[in-house]
Amino acid sequence: MTTMRDRLIFAAQLAFTLLVAAFLIVPAVLSMTAGVTVNYFRGIESGVTLQWVIEVWQLYSDTIFRSFLIAIATLGVTLIAGVPAAYALHLRNDRLSRTIEEIITLPLAIPGLAIALALLLTYGGFGDFRRSWLFILVGHVIFTLPFMVRSVLAVFGASDIKTLDEGAASLGALPWRRFRDVIVPNARPGILAGSLMVVTLSLGEFNLTWMLHTPLTKTLPVGLADSYASMRLEVASAYTLVFFVMIVPLLVAMQIFAERGGGPLGLRR
Amino acid sequence: MSKKAFIGFCFAPLGVLVLAFFMLPVARLVVMGASGDLGWRAYAAILLDARYRTTLINTVSLAAATTAATLVIATVSGLFLQRYRFPGRPFLVAMLTFPLAFPGVVVGFMIILLAGRQGLIGDLTLRLFGSKEVLAYSLQGLFLGYLYFSIPRVILTIMAAVEKLDPSLEDAARALGAGPWRVVRDVILPALTPALIASGAIAFATAMGAFGTAFTLATDIDVLPMQIYTEFTLSANIAMAAALSVGLGLVTWAILALARSYGGASVAAAG
Repeated sequence: MTTMRDRLIFAAQLAFTLLVAAFLIVPAVLSMTAGVTVNYFRGIESGVTLQWVIEVWQLYSDTIFRSFLIAIATLGVTLIAGVPAAYALHLRNDRLSRTIEEIITLPLAIPGLAIALALLLTYGGFGDFRRSWLFILVGHVIFTLPFMVRSVLAVFGASDIKTLDEGAASLGALPWRRFRDVIVPNARPGILAGSLMVVTLSLGEFNLTWMLHTPLTKTLPVGLADSYASMRLEVASAYTLVFFVMIVPLLVAMQIFAERGGGPLGLRR
Repeated sequence: MSKKAFIGFCFAPLGVLVLAFFMLPVARLVVMGASGDLGWRAYAAILLDARYRTTLINTVSLAAATTAATLVIATVSGLFLQRYRFPGRPFLVAMLTFPLAFPGVVVGFMIILLAGRQGLIGDLTLRLFGSKEVLAYSLQGLFLGYLYFSIPRVILTIMAAVEKLDPSLEDAARALGAGPWRVVRDVILPALTPALIASGAIAFATAMGAFGTAFTLATDIDVLPMQIYTEFTLSANIAMAAALSVGLGLVTWAILALARSYGGASVAAAG
């Protein structure tokens, strides 16, 4: 009797979970097939084609390159600003450092739209800066910095970095050398996890970017929104397909990393 | 260089960036919110002016509905996936977490493909009932979109929390004669509460502040982020847009801070 009931419970839960998975996956599959279908309304029988992908490349390849440029630059800046700061935060570990951590984490809690508006109101008047991709870079850095800092901090917290640092100091190593030769190598898992996160988030960032972009500084997600509003479904789908192809390897890398215990931050965004 | 100086040196790049491109702009945003005809009363108008209040209530209700639905769905599936081992399980988990990296705009497009004018649901309802059901470009569409956005995140959190549960507590409850439903209610759910609070807060804050999904689905959905956007671009009412942004930021920050004081987990919202 109990086993019968157990089996029923299992089947009901499985059916429910399959339904949830279908809700998530079916539209993604529809989008991927639509991107390579000659005519979406007539279905896949109308033939398979790469013409939409080629059209996307002709129309939007600049947004793809710009998104990569911004993502790499964001990574560079968050590494330079984030890794030393995480080290300093870990060493100090007092009220001031906790306040600083609190402040740099704020951009996670505040909607991107508000941050973008704040940036526009403050720096919108600086024409050259406002018109360049650097304006978007600034937004992405503020938004992704907490992920880098926390990811590195998590590794420091799990390893005995203070003892290592003091050991190196007692051997006469100067602060800069200790940072380069002891701290950074030990923080590597956190730096790697943080980097994957930063690049993934930057490539997909829309809320800030939509407000900060100009017609000449469109990024991939901005172009996507553009194509959803004004292009035929096949082109929009092909563009989305290009985005999937870019983002999925990063996601897989993050997942593998999280499974190997790459920091508590993991994918919890 | 002394140790203290080196620590200061380490803070310097981050300090400059955060000061110049976050703290200063946010301070400016707060002041800007009071620069309109209403002055500082603009902040009160978010609650007192019927138009803004309606939007606020809409947004909070939508976020609450999304959060409740996400938590129920993710708890059922998360418990199931962590408790049973069966062929195809890793694949199912991968399918459920695949949309994790989708930005809000892409989620909006997924909802259009699912429930839009040429969507799957419309197609099916047309064939089955003879009338086309189009949900995408309304509050229902936004609800589906936020559900789509939040389910993968919350499932991951719940699965991690279920993994840490002590199975012997459930065995004890069962040995004492509790049925499966009572075990869930009295043993499993209380133990999952911190994870539910933490991930629920993220889902709520995300649904409050997400812009991309609403932007893709329609510009006339009456939620706070869309209102900020239209106040800023169409009405050029920059002061009110700033005040609403500050209000929205305060609400999402407060929700996450509250959840953190309960759950202690690292929570973050984005969308």
